[in-house]
Amino acid sequence: MSDPFLVVEDLTVKFPTEDGLVNAVTDLSYTVEQGKTLGIVGESGSGKSVSSMAVLGLHDMRTARITGSIKVGGQEVVGLGESKLRKLRGKEVAMIFQDALAALHPFYKVGSQLAEAYLVHHPKASKREARRKAIEMLDRVGIPQPDRRVDDFPHQFSGGMRQRAMIAMGLINDPKLLIADEPTTALDVTVQAQILDLLQDLQREFNSAVIIITHDLGVIAEMADDILVMYGGRGVEKGPAKEVLTRPQMPYTWGLLSSVPDVHGDTASKLVPIPGNPPSLLDPPSGCAFHPRCAHVDKVAGNKCVTELPPLTAGPTGAGHLNRCHLADPVGVFETEVLPVIAPELLEES
Amino acid sequence: MFAYIVKRLLAGIVVMLLVSLSIFLLFWYGPSEPARAICDSKTSQRCTPAKLEVFTEELGYNNAWYTEFPEYVGGIFTGRDITIASQTTRCDAPCLGLSYKNGKPVWDEMKGRLPATFSVAIGGAFLYLLLGVPLGVAAARRRGTVADKSLVSSFLVLSSVPYYLFALLTFLYFSVLFEAPFIGNPGYVPFTESPSGWVGGLALAWICLGIFGCTQYTRYSRGAMVEALSEDYVRTAKAKGLPQREVVYKHALRAALVPVVTIFGIDFGTLLAGTIFTEKIFDIDGIGLWALLAVGQKDLPIVQATALFAAVALILSNLLVDLLYSVLDPRVRLS
Repeated sequence: MSDPFLVVEDLTVKFPTEDGLVNAVTDLSYTVEQGKTLGIVGESGSGKSVSSMAVLGLHDMRTARITGSIKVGGQEVVGLGESKLRKLRGKEVAMIFQDALAALHPFYKVGSQLAEAYLVHHPKASKREARRKAIEMLDRVGIPQPDRRVDDFPHQFSGGMRQRAMIAMGLINDPKLLIADEPTTALDVTVQAQILDLLQDLQREFNSAVIIITHDLGVIAEMADDILVMYGGRGVEKGPAKEVLTRPQMPYTWGLLSSVPDVHGDTASKLVPIPGNPPSLLDPPSGCAFHPRCAHVDKVAGNKCVTELPPLTAGPTGAGHLNRCHLADPVGVFETEVLPVIAPELLEES
Repeated sequence: MFAYIVKRLLAGIVVMLLVSLSIFLLFWYGPSEPARAICDSKTSQRCTPAKLEVFTEELGYNNAWYTEFPEYVGGIFTGRDITIASQTTRCDAPCLGLSYKNGKPVWDEMKGRLPATFSVAIGGAFLYLLLGVPLGVAAARRRGTVADKSLVSSFLVLSSVPYYLFALLTFLYFSVLFEAPFIGNPGYVPFTESPSGWVGGLALAWICLGIFGCTQYTRYSRGAMVEALSEDYVRTAKAKGLPQREVVYKHALRAALVPVVTIFGIDFGTLLAGTIFTEKIFDIDGIGLWALLAVGQKDLPIVQATALFAAVALILSNLLVDLLYSVLDPRVRLS
């Protein structure tokens, strides 16, 4: 097996602000292989976007304090100079942002924004070639009449088309890694499904590695091979998608699962919100960052949840599935206490 | 687009009518005797009530304003004959009346003064944009650093000095105390007469307007740029791998210019309408100085004309800005 294309190790990102140091990401490690999709889930402020922006070196280098290691295709990104980072951005690693209306420049034509992305990494190409390439990519992502729409401004596109154009721009240089930051959040559900299908097709075609960042577990379930759950800037659960979704081992993940509405399930299943607010990144809680909102703190002896940060280690089901929890038998607790509340129909069937 | 321009121009004409009407009415119902100025000058300061009454009758102040005003407006388009002190003068279109002071057509004198005012306004605006926008961009890029903070605070101090004081001090130091060569003797020399004299005579006025205006434009463009730099599409530009200068000067500045252009439109109109302090202090015979003199001499036609000119300048520069707006921002549809 070849080395993973992206290796993130002990990544820590801090921002000094007027109120103090924000610990946006702490000791985060993950890998993504070519052709695979990693889903990063977490609520706002969990550090999911911040960590992936670090992969492209998009943070303001004068203020952000980044330590640890990010290796893209073997090349270390942390501390890399601006000119070398530039060669990586959009070429090796491309990013798709969440709100395409805001992420596309309102004053430039869609086609010229795509062509610009191509030209910057193909300095020898003519403007004509870049335009042809832009039309080709718009066609590839399913925009009708691409040779005409190429001269439209972003506001003349529909929401779904804008996101398609954004994807076309991301893929125009055949990147080896595509980071999609909440690619479907701003779209309605039918368009959302189309965009996800498109991303999957394109991934197969280009065999690129994909990171999909979302708070929507439905998106994750459809797209991801592996899942990383983030909370308070740290990874709290990590493993193969199926494992994490069916046998989650961290109370925060249970909370995420419980708060997903399910139109197919019967009404007996309850929607359970996670109580409390996301942790402050300025002054994180002691011990496990989730303990103030966790219903299972009492099950751990010696008040360990409050005093001691649990390590991210292999859980009871094997080496591939890691969790950051003090519970001795998290799977048991999930099956006896959580599952009956959120999906009673599953238990009746079995 | 064409329909929009026509609509705006029609609206502009209505504004101009209202502006000149309100000035007109001021002389009708205001606490002054508008014929007094002309009576004084024609009788060598020996204006008797009887003579005043003759002039008042002759100038039409005994008629109702609504018969005189249409005549005034009509004169602008067709010209008219005006009789003062039993002497009839032909006033060609655009007739803005005859000066009560010297009896000459107002438009003739205005024509002579326009180049001076335009020279002052264009040079000053050019200088403050040239200084202000790049400084604002540079400050936005270094936001929060010592350089940014000291620039912002020193400009805040500078812009809180009253403009006339600033201009007077400039005049005092450069003209009176240092007797600076080339620029130390301000005044208006037509460009066609002597280009170097034109530059030298206006330099101090330009520097004053430039420095004072640039403090504001630095602030505007810094604010607009800080906002633009935090936009998602600027991050997208960076994520594409574009070099920093393209990210800043192509993607961010393009967006930041829109609000700056808007403010500039209003400012430039005001600048044209009269830089009274500047023209007075630096001895430039422009529209502003003229208006000031006319008010003192109760020379109604000149006051009328300068007010009308101010309205035209503001309306046209605002229209120009709106048109420019639709060029800068494709989302703006003029209708």
